[in-house]
Amino acid sequence: MKNRMIRALSQKKVGAPYSDKITHILVGTATCGRAAGSMAVLEAFRHEIGGLEDTVRAWEVGCMGLCSQEPLVVIIKPGDFSVCYHHVTPQMVQQLVEGYVRGDDPCLDLALGTMAGGNGDAVYIPELDLFKYQARVLLRNCGYISPLEIDHYIAGGGYRGLAKALKLEPTQIIKQIEKSGLRGLGGAGYPAAAKWAACAQAGGSTKYVICNADEGDPGAFMDRVLLESDPHAVLEGMIIAGYAVGASKGYIYIREEYPLAIDRIRVALKQARAKGLLGSRILDSDFSFTVEIVRGAGAFVSGEETAMIAAMEGGRSWPEHRPPYPAQSGLRGRPTLVNNVKTLAGVSVILQKGWRSFRDMGTANSRGTALFALAGKLENTGLAEVPMGTSLRTLVYDIGGGIKRGRQFKAVQIGGPSGGCLPDDLLDTQIDFDSLKYAGAIMGSGGVIVMDEDNCMVDTAKYFVDFSRQESCGRCTFCRIGTYHMHSVLEDITRGRGMLKSIEALGELAEDVRAGSLCGLGRMSPNPVLTTLRYFREEYDAHVLEQRCPARVCKELTAYYILPEKCYRGCDHCVLACPVEAVFSDEKGLKVVDQPKCTKCGSCELVCPPEYNAVIRLSPVSLVPADRRTRPDTKEP
Amino acid sequence: MKNDSRNNSLSEILRPEHRHTSHLIDILQDIQARDGYLSNEAMLKVAGFLDMSSAAVWGVATFYNQFRFTPPARKPVRVCMGTACHLAGGQLVLEAMARELKIEVGGTSEDREFSLERVACIGCCALAPVVTMKDKVYPRMTPPGVEEVLVGIKAESEAEA
Repeated sequence: MKNRMIRALSQKKVGAPYSDKITHILVGTATCGRAAGSMAVLEAFRHEIGGLEDTVRAWEVGCMGLCSQEPLVVIIKPGDFSVCYHHVTPQMVQQLVEGYVRGDDPCLDLALGTMAGGNGDAVYIPELDLFKYQARVLLRNCGYISPLEIDHYIAGGGYRGLAKALKLEPTQIIKQIEKSGLRGLGGAGYPAAAKWAACAQAGGSTKYVICNADEGDPGAFMDRVLLESDPHAVLEGMIIAGYAVGASKGYIYIREEYPLAIDRIRVALKQARAKGLLGSRILDSDFSFTVEIVRGAGAFVSGEETAMIAAMEGGRSWPEHRPPYPAQSGLRGRPTLVNNVKTLAGVSVILQKGWRSFRDMGTANSRGTALFALAGKLENTGLAEVPMGTSLRTLVYDIGGGIKRGRQFKAVQIGGPSGGCLPDDLLDTQIDFDSLKYAGAIMGSGGVIVMDEDNCMVDTAKYFVDFSRQESCGRCTFCRIGTYHMHSVLEDITRGRGMLKSIEALGELAEDVRAGSLCGLGRMSPNPVLTTLRYFREEYDAHVLEQRCPARVCKELTAYYILPEKCYRGCDHCVLACPVEAVFSDEKGLKVVDQPKCTKCGSCELVCPPEYNAVIRLSPVSLVPADRRTRPDTKEP
Repeated sequence: MKNDSRNNSLSEILRPEHRHTSHLIDILQDIQARDGYLSNEAMLKVAGFLDMSSAAVWGVATFYNQFRFTPPARKPVRVCMGTACHLAGGQLVLEAMARELKIEVGGTSEDREFSLERVACIGCCALAPVVTMKDKVYPRMTPPGVEEVLVGIKAESEAEA
């Protein structure tokens, strides 16, 4: 026992962050909530409960991960049950305050369900499929505690992990991480303990810890949510990592595009310093550690650890050959430990709750949980945390609620620009580092995008390759020129100019880029191409051989056509909506799309009243009847 | 917080403790936070201050997506091109925006009222496809919806004027 402060913190009883004497209103104000209007809701609550300060408090909390239900509000009432309301608007606030805060009516018609102490009539949220299959370990505090209150985090057991760690020798901590089976959750899945040990054993008195918060996948936002909702969990993991590897300085490298997360970290750093959890002689021990924020200037490649270090040194974000690994020679040539946000949040959990609790979840080679951002054509979009080993089917159908509007599932894309598209018959693949890799995808960034029959797989591959092409840092030839050429071949195919040999060439090119690129991002950039070729080859063939886009997405291969038998002559919606005046009436007053003029913006399809539903898309374009393709020549009388 | 350096002169950004090439990106970010863009004059001053060649400063500045080299418009329109938005028809929204604003993607209108940019994911995937203008997020956009939004914005600016 080193000292009093550590003992006091580690013996503190774990409890609820909210006092059970008064009513608490929690408003989710992370970025997604704000986009849906939660700040106005918070304002309305603060106004409405004015004068009740002694018995009611409104808090800003983070994100519960139910993006499609935002803005979300939870009302916790002493002695009564906690109710979660969804799609809350400022206009509903008065009703909620009158109903449940002042009165006893829980307004269940506005509620998503109850969070605790439910009664028979209400939906009990933890029992919804959406939650039942999840294991909220890293997300346990998200949307529940206020990220602006360090005391909330501490009340739930926060910083006990640090207090425990400071009583141990660094090697013992690394041993615990090793036993937990924690692997890098940034995507690569490298065993965390091995990285820590390499850094701890590297010589030199100056070492650094970098928290990688440069979440660049254009469909993933778990790191942002963690930092916005529970910044102290990440910070605690970082301080523990610093102690274990012998570093005294830490950096959080975060995208400038995440202004709210940056604000939240700033507040968290300030509060941690005030409590003696950061700075010199942390909790009166001999260990000192400071943390600084570095704002990334926007480059996807910066997520690669050596490229990140180059950016932090003020230059272009260019990756370096490894070895030497950053753990041996990193920032300014010093041993540097680079860990992802989620990995560091996992470290706090392991130290707080013991390595066994973490090891008990997951599969033999992938322990713990996986965190995903669900988006695309799902009923429920948002964040999901599942034990490793859960099947993709559970993720898509049970948690994601299946495909919107009863459409047909086509593919699930995992891992963003470095990941792959998996078809229906691979939905029973279990989620862990090795199984996903075997199927051709990767855990990667954790972005999960679900596609239905209306999405074209060639277009999807083109989208990701275009992203990689634009974000290629240009350092190595294979990635710089290879992604450019893969994109131009895909462009040809989607425009109907492809040939069978272009498909073969694309496959070869993809293999070459994979073999020849310098960094992981380059090596994995062909994954979207390789997996779509592997699982959706027939779509490529249709584009090339039949000039047909099966999903009717690729513009050059698709035509908008108005079914004369469904068109109602008195309605002019499509004519008015067309931005280029390509829709005209035939002699009977039925509408026709002038194909040469049409820009294929889809406006006519969107505005055609559902009772007619006359606008359809045809592919190949030769399906449009010859007499309804263009305006008959208007001759002068 | 972003704007607290707005009234400072460049000499306050170029502080002696930052006179090291490792602060280059920081300095450029501070200048852009203040001016909204990186002017040639500012970058030349930075090069002199850090004793770097101006080509090296340009080389770093143009590498990153964040930096812009022309003054921003008063109403910067950003169309999200994240994966979820792409699949939900973001490209059609972007094209509609370009058509309605009569500017190219990446361009600024002559009166500097509007600019149009594509952005990578802003994390509102559940609301896809989205368009942002300053702090406002326009969810579930469609090509016909673009017209409505712009009519609304123009009406607002006329009301302000």
